[in-house]
Amino acid sequence: MTSSFKGPKASRRQFLAGAAAIGAGAATGARAQSPDPLITEVQEWAQGLGEGVDATPYGMPIRFETDVVRRNVPWLTADPISSINFTPIHALDGTITPQGCAFERHHSGAIELSKDDYRLMINGLVDRPLVFTYADLERFPREQHVYFCECAANTGMEWAGAQLNGAQFTHGMIHNMEYTGVPLRTLLNEAGIQTEGKWVYVEGADASSNGRSIPMEKALDDVLVAFKANGEALRKEHGYPVRLVVPGWEGNMWVKWLRRIEVTTQAVESREETSKYTDTLADGTSRKWTWVMDAKSVVTSPSPQSPITHGPGPLVITGLAWSGHGKIKRVDVSIDGGKTWEQARLASEPGDKALSRFYLDINWDGSEMLLQSRAMDETGYVQPTKAQLRDVRGLNSVYHNNCIQTWHVKTNGEAENVEVS
Amino acid sequence: MSKSLKLYAGSAVGTVLMLTLAVNFADRLVPEHSDSYDRMAVENDRDFHLIARAQADEMMAARPFGLGRAALPEEIAAWDLDVSPDGTGLPVGSGDVMTGEEVFIENCAVCHGDFAEGRGNWPKLAGGEDTLADEDPLKTVGSYWPHLSTTWDYVNRSMPFGNAQSLSADDVYGIVAYILYSNYLVEDDFVLSNENFTEIVLPNADGFIIDDRAETEYPIWRTEPCMENCKDTVEITKRATVLDVTPDEETTEEALAAPAEEPVQVAAADPAPAEEAPAATPAMAIDQALADKGEKVFKKCKACHKVGDGAKNGSGPQLNGIVGRSVASADGFKYSGSMVDYGGEWTPERLAAFIAKPKGEIKGTKMSFAGLKKEGDVAAVIEYLKTFGQ
Repeated sequence: MTSSFKGPKASRRQFLAGAAAIGAGAATGARAQSPDPLITEVQEWAQGLGEGVDATPYGMPIRFETDVVRRNVPWLTADPISSINFTPIHALDGTITPQGCAFERHHSGAIELSKDDYRLMINGLVDRPLVFTYADLERFPREQHVYFCECAANTGMEWAGAQLNGAQFTHGMIHNMEYTGVPLRTLLNEAGIQTEGKWVYVEGADASSNGRSIPMEKALDDVLVAFKANGEALRKEHGYPVRLVVPGWEGNMWVKWLRRIEVTTQAVESREETSKYTDTLADGTSRKWTWVMDAKSVVTSPSPQSPITHGPGPLVITGLAWSGHGKIKRVDVSIDGGKTWEQARLASEPGDKALSRFYLDINWDGSEMLLQSRAMDETGYVQPTKAQLRDVRGLNSVYHNNCIQTWHVKTNGEAENVEVS
Repeated sequence: MSKSLKLYAGSAVGTVLMLTLAVNFADRLVPEHSDSYDRMAVENDRDFHLIARAQADEMMAARPFGLGRAALPEEIAAWDLDVSPDGTGLPVGSGDVMTGEEVFIENCAVCHGDFAEGRGNWPKLAGGEDTLADEDPLKTVGSYWPHLSTTWDYVNRSMPFGNAQSLSADDVYGIVAYILYSNYLVEDDFVLSNENFTEIVLPNADGFIIDDRAETEYPIWRTEPCMENCKDTVEITKRATVLDVTPDEETTEEALAAPAEEPVQVAAADPAPAEEAPAATPAMAIDQALADKGEKVFKKCKACHKVGDGAKNGSGPQLNGIVGRSVASADGFKYSGSMVDYGGEWTPERLAAFIAKPKGEIKGTKMSFAGLKKEGDVAAVIEYLKTFGQ
């Protein structure tokens, strides 16, 4: 049991045992020492019957995958109700994040709001203040887009130094889904924007309201009022039945349980756009309205929670890259801590403001690696190092840490989150 | 348009007239098909309203898709609560520091401390002046927040945690006045109102600049990246395992040993509404109406105390089975010495005395809650707690 399964941190003990067992197998090369009973003996599953249909009306992952779950870092926040957890990016592949393990961030808990009870109001500087029901929203022309949603605080704990040991914890405040919804501009046009309207203030139905101000230019561009993700209804924790999708911009603006859109002349300067989600520089002044998420990438495997268990030889290095400015142009990978770089292979045509998956297939010689990835987006922006970011911003920043991440992969295949010179 | 709209229309028209000035563009809000239009005849300016209605009809007719209905002024008033830095959105009202202190201690101090200094990991609202350029800045209303409107808006809209929108406008003015006082920004005889609100300028009002990454960062990093000989040496300068703050992940051995049906049970159990949980304890006779009332009162406790399936300790111990439970017996919770000394069992009588005046019943308790003043609330919350078994 233990050798067939790589637990997470787990499983340092399990991991070592597993690596040894598999390593022993690998040492024999292409020839097995004795016939494998999994092949030579008739197995139970090859003889009896499996489950019938409808055993699980809505399917969950098979029990062998129960460690691929969101996790939180309890010491980060005072209470799990106003808190965040992390997508298990170390254990996923492809680019679409399943809703069930996509990170959650709530400011006053995930509320239960039915479609029947749902109302969306547009008011303020509009010709016709309107109220829509959920059914109304479904009658507007729809669009579909894949976008990443990254919390501005993703990797924030790493600003002062390598802190959390796992890609899930350092980079897991991100998910990437295919949204179906109505462009915000369609709804605004239905209400009729008045010429003095320069901003929209959006808020949710939960107690926090999480109100944010969005400049009109963005509101009329690509913002989506979404009600489906990855083909099915949004999950409660992601704002069922309706959330805002603000492509490329920090996750806090993706208001969940969207209930009101107010056209205004000025930014409201709410709690979430003044006291939080602002970036303090070395001299104590702070940047506000830092909405765009700059280009970033991370190697998801190997990584601390996804060590190499197979010993030297063919190794798949993989990871994710994204940019709030548009498409990823290319990703470079270094195995020597940034001395030399090699261009990785993008798994598919990069999408606009969506995650890209990259691979670098190497023949690992079993020596230590300082593994890094570096994204470049279509504007030519190259993901900076932490030192470069600190040179501009000082040491007190928290949000928008898009620095190059380093994993120290040891000869036994274990990996650790480190910072390098 | 819709049935509900017609029902609203009669009263709505009257309110529209009253709120014309108060609510943005209320004159454009007259419902498109008012069956009770005749009632407007009692108003003086008939022509004005005829024109207004015609305009509103025209406006609604101009909708590209003809979807949605007109938002009524009462509805806008109920939801449009945001307050801007220039005071837009502030309701009429006032509150003084001393009254604010009482309201604050009653409603806010349990998380934010009696002096707004914060408890545990909960936000600190006072202090931190001149620390923004320090190594570990303390960001509070006094040291960091640029606009007082933000404080008013957030307290009014989202606080207290677990019982939002329960404070009167005057209470919110009082709380904000007390937060200012806690930051040494006003004297103890200060009264905050909608009239003097915008005169208050917070210390860090000028401390913000608009995102300048396009000038200060992008030009540096929009360059051709180095591919070879990018640096001479590389050394590890920091390691995450030294800090050892990564949460333990439960091993999956248990899950693997579990029967195959388990995930199905999890899936089925998930959507069950939380209200069903109380049914688990039939042992004590429950006055359901009283317990329902208690559930509302319990919102004041919820930030620190959890109940129900899987309830864990938070700032306070979990309270499953608290009625009749041994004092200081929640696994893993660090009680005060006074609580341990108090000993015995939580009878309804002892619980009532403690909840009514925590520090009066147990001097030295860690619970910083001021107590429930109304006897009825105490009884109700105990009845509610009875519905949760072990």
